[in-house]
Amino acid sequence: MNKIGLLIGFIVISLAAILIIPRLGSGHHVREWGYAPQQTLKGQEGMEIQIPPPPFSEDIFPCSECHAEMETNPERRELEDFHDDIILDHDEENRWCMDCHDAENRDMLHSAGGELIDFKESYLLCGQCHGPKLRDWRAGIHGRRTGSWNGQKEYLLCAHCHDPHSPQYKKMKPEPPPKKLGKIK
Amino acid sequence: MSTSNKRTVYSTGKVNRRNFLKAAAVTSSSAALSACMSKETREKFFQKDFRSLSKEEIAGILSRLEAEYSRKYGKEFTVSAKEPIPETMFGFALDISRCIGCRRCVYGCVNENNQSREPQIHWIRVLEMEKEKGIDFMHADMHYDHEEVPHEGHFYLPVACQQCKNPPCVKSCPVGATWIEPDGIVVVDYDWCIGCRCCMAACPYGARHYNWGAVQLPAENLNPHTHYLGNRPRIKGVVEKCTFCIQRVREGRYPECVEICPVGARKFGNLLDKDSEIRYILENKRVLILKEELNTQPNFFYFYGT
Repeated sequence: MNKIGLLIGFIVISLAAILIIPRLGSGHHVREWGYAPQQTLKGQEGMEIQIPPPPFSEDIFPCSECHAEMETNPERRELEDFHDDIILDHDEENRWCMDCHDAENRDMLHSAGGELIDFKESYLLCGQCHGPKLRDWRAGIHGRRTGSWNGQKEYLLCAHCHDPHSPQYKKMKPEPPPKKLGKIK
Repeated sequence: MSTSNKRTVYSTGKVNRRNFLKAAAVTSSSAALSACMSKETREKFFQKDFRSLSKEEIAGILSRLEAEYSRKYGKEFTVSAKEPIPETMFGFALDISRCIGCRRCVYGCVNENNQSREPQIHWIRVLEMEKEKGIDFMHADMHYDHEEVPHEGHFYLPVACQQCKNPPCVKSCPVGATWIEPDGIVVVDYDWCIGCRCCMAACPYGARHYNWGAVQLPAENLNPHTHYLGNRPRIKGVVEKCTFCIQRVREGRYPECVEICPVGARKFGNLLDKDSEIRYILENKRVLILKEELNTQPNFFYFYGT
């Protein structure tokens, strides 16, 4: 009887240790962005990472400012007024607004399973379909990283480079080509 | 036989008429030379190569250079000779599937590293290649000029110094003006380089560039934060090359091209750190090096992120 009691005690203590100890070291440093990601990025224990705020169009957020008063219309239709600039080119045959934006809480996104996702953590939403990309992003391989190779780093959210509604990276004008040789005076 | 040994033999050798006249000529001419020189010119003239300088000598040279550059360009310059960080071997990886050929890295590098604007020097060359042909230097184009990139059916391969572990350029230098630093960066001592360009002929990547003319830097757009072995202003007649932004990376920062790349195709880190981004790439991605058959053993890798 005594031995079983000891065994149970040991298991309880070690469980508590497993749950508590990893949280002690992962104090995130909150910088001027005003927040830090809620998740410790894999393989980066204790490393400080900053992510700038989501790139909203001007005066578009919070969504509830307009939508709180409006009836939700889940129908597929031509978008008007504030949203007439949105071109949906992202598996548009199978997706519509409410697949990612939450109808109840207008200022949030939601996962396929219905869990609310903050815009600041939109990578969790993207990662549902683009798992390998999310994995690479966490490791710092996908997307731009700035800062220090041996210290504090800055990440960007998926939406900083990819418009979520048409995520193909936009073409750009290249800088001028090098001058051809033979013109040195 | 070391130099000091040679000297001993010379001095204990026969004092005949010829040796006496030789020694007298050398002594008097060097005395005359140094007498008519200013202290600064004399120091410059008799400056040894970087690796045989003492700490005090380096400090003296750095402050002399800082004053010289500040005067010349009308801007407060810092010239550092910061030593390698222990336990570091730098590695670079470039994602071929991401690069769109926008050349932002080329001009970011020019500004950060004070490359001559006219005659123009670019440490990074972006090669445009056809997807159908794959990596094919014979048909690559570095002078492409499209309205928009990426151009249909093409991909891009930026090439700069590959920071080889077995570098043909270092072997070919007749005066030892270029060498591998302990953190893996191949550097040039611009004050020791004689401008023979043997290293340029030896480099299979075209990564070394020669200052054919007087270096022209715009005073309003130069980087006064410099390193002796890196981005300090060069002079006519010396060879220069990418140094992984030695002035930045030895302070723990990313190279300029890594930070300026709009698509995040450039990755940099410590190959000896198993948690670094660069190690993740080497362990998880399809990685290749350029001209592997030449056994240059680059620390610059290309990979497919997709």
